[in-house]
Amino acid sequence: MKKFSLKNMKKTTKNNLITYAMVIVAFAVVEFMVNGGMMSSLMQGLLVPLCTYSIVAVGLNLCVGYLGELSLGHAGFMCVGAFSSAFFTKYMANSGMNETLRFVLALIIGVLVAAVFGCLIGIPVLRLRGDYLAIVTLAFGEIIKNVINVLYVGRDSNGIHLSIRDKASLNLEEDGEMIIDGAKGISRISRQSTFVAGVIILLIALFVVFHLVNSRTGRAIMAIRDNRIAAESVGVNITRYKLLAFSISAAIAGAGGVLYAHNLSTLTALPANFGYNMSIMILVFVVLGGIGSFRGSIIAAVILTMLPEVLRGLSDYRMLIYSIVLIAMMLFNWAPASIEWRQRISKRLFHKNAEEVQ
Amino acid sequence: MSFISYLLNGISLGSVYAIIALGYTMVYGIAKMLNFAHGDVIMIGCYIVFTLMTGMGLNPLLSILLAIVGCTILGVCIEKIAYKPLRKATPLAVLITAIGVSYFLQNFALLLFGSDTKSFTSVVQMEPIRLAEGRLVISGVTIVTVILCIVIVIALVLFTKKTRAGQAMLAVSEDKDAAQLMGVNVNQTISLTFAIGSGLAAVAGVLLCSAYPTLSPYTGSMPGIKAFTAAVFGGIGSIPGAFIGGLLLGVIEILGRAYISSQLSDAIVFAVLILVLLIKPTGILGKPIHEKV
Repeated sequence: MKKFSLKNMKKTTKNNLITYAMVIVAFAVVEFMVNGGMMSSLMQGLLVPLCTYSIVAVGLNLCVGYLGELSLGHAGFMCVGAFSSAFFTKYMANSGMNETLRFVLALIIGVLVAAVFGCLIGIPVLRLRGDYLAIVTLAFGEIIKNVINVLYVGRDSNGIHLSIRDKASLNLEEDGEMIIDGAKGISRISRQSTFVAGVIILLIALFVVFHLVNSRTGRAIMAIRDNRIAAESVGVNITRYKLLAFSISAAIAGAGGVLYAHNLSTLTALPANFGYNMSIMILVFVVLGGIGSFRGSIIAAVILTMLPEVLRGLSDYRMLIYSIVLIAMMLFNWAPASIEWRQRISKRLFHKNAEEVQ
Repeated sequence: MSFISYLLNGISLGSVYAIIALGYTMVYGIAKMLNFAHGDVIMIGCYIVFTLMTGMGLNPLLSILLAIVGCTILGVCIEKIAYKPLRKATPLAVLITAIGVSYFLQNFALLLFGSDTKSFTSVVQMEPIRLAEGRLVISGVTIVTVILCIVIVIALVLFTKKTRAGQAMLAVSEDKDAAQLMGVNVNQTISLTFAIGSGLAAVAGVLLCSAYPTLSPYTGSMPGIKAFTAAVFGGIGSIPGAFIGGLLLGVIEILGRAYISSQLSDAIVFAVLILVLLIKPTGILGKPIHEKV
């Protein structure tokens, strides 16, 4: 009976279910391994980052694969989400609020702030196209990182003080408390990101994107990607749908940022974690996993994050090997010569199979 | 007086950006790809000069020449191995491959030369010029950088306008297929472009490290990004555009650092870039994009 219903199901629904199942099965296997003591503490430390990168990759894939715009600024949205949520958590640290509730609220705040930034940045940026858009998103990401590095926010009995010069210009009272300390960032954040939380956020992100791309809105977005002028001529509101997709993409990246922030005790905006290198790394996940395939993004994020750790035995050579693997995979996946070769091979194999069936 | 000195520093840094941006813009014009590895070719060039000059005690000029040759070969090899098979693939695939090449070069340098920062001895041994009773000092590096940059830009403009190879380059950048039908050897032209771009990268690297004498495997990446920004700023694909964009970017960066905030100088640079692109979406000297329905 079940088999019958699976066959009748729409292809997209089936595909989506496979993705959910993959995440849940991976989660179960990992939980089993952790409880059975089969996982090194190093690997356990990677679990939350894996979720973070998967979430941001899903968000970026919405932008690159469905909106068709290359963004190199998603680390900026991650940064916004991370800092706004960590700010909230730190601000509410002594309020006696339930920890889970506080984390959920922090998540909502991070996502909303990232979405607002996505919208604000999207309004000017989405007028541009192609590489110009890419470089402007990169520029915005760098600006966000730079501004956060000079942001000083403190609190005392008079309320919140804000400065972009230095700590002294805040004029805090004796008992005042620094919340964001410029380049030193936010320290002593309660670490609430767990693997469970990460998987739940990832599943929610997947739910959102699947529902978006399979809806009327999603089809409008894809129509814009495929042919902007044709879409406009049949009455699709270009600006609105572009902004919507871009904001949702930014919001998901922000959710990744929230998870990232609450996995650290000190959150700083360094080039390594929120610079353009991070955006590029996420883009690598998206492209290698397959543009437009959310499942692929997750798989690529997991494999590529694990790869340097698995290669740790090779110590100094690991990043070199990583880069060679990356180049080789790209050539194998995308070079026309290689695609033709693969098709020939698969044709030969399938041809044989087809004969056997007959 | 301090303003003039900042301005000169800005022009000097801007000239370096301009030389790097030329490499980006030419490659982009021809191959329509963002060569992310360009910044790392600069770094390799610096290491070659550093090894030859400090390690083996070679003459600075000779080491620079060898570095240019080395980078040219490197650039052509990168193009042949990593980019050529992907010429008909989506631009994104090429972009990621370029990122892979960039990682490769960085880690290769990390293995070969170590992660410690090397202090680079300036190749320009010229006495600084003192003006206005010593209140305005122009260093030798600044003068050499600016002059070299101008010479390179003029030479490149003449090259593309007057020589057959340059004309072939323009033709390929206009329409690859049509150029091939007219008997232009597209592969050779693309290789030549990469060769010129990478050779310029070596020059830019040496000048950059002479002015800011720290050398590490990551030296090239931020100037690379900024130079690409400069290329977009001036209108990507245009040689004079790269020159103007580079100069403006360098001046804005130094003046921003001096008068507004040293920590925010990058943010200011990028903010100006965004403003320019919003007003003129294809950069200062870029051609407008025509849309066919």
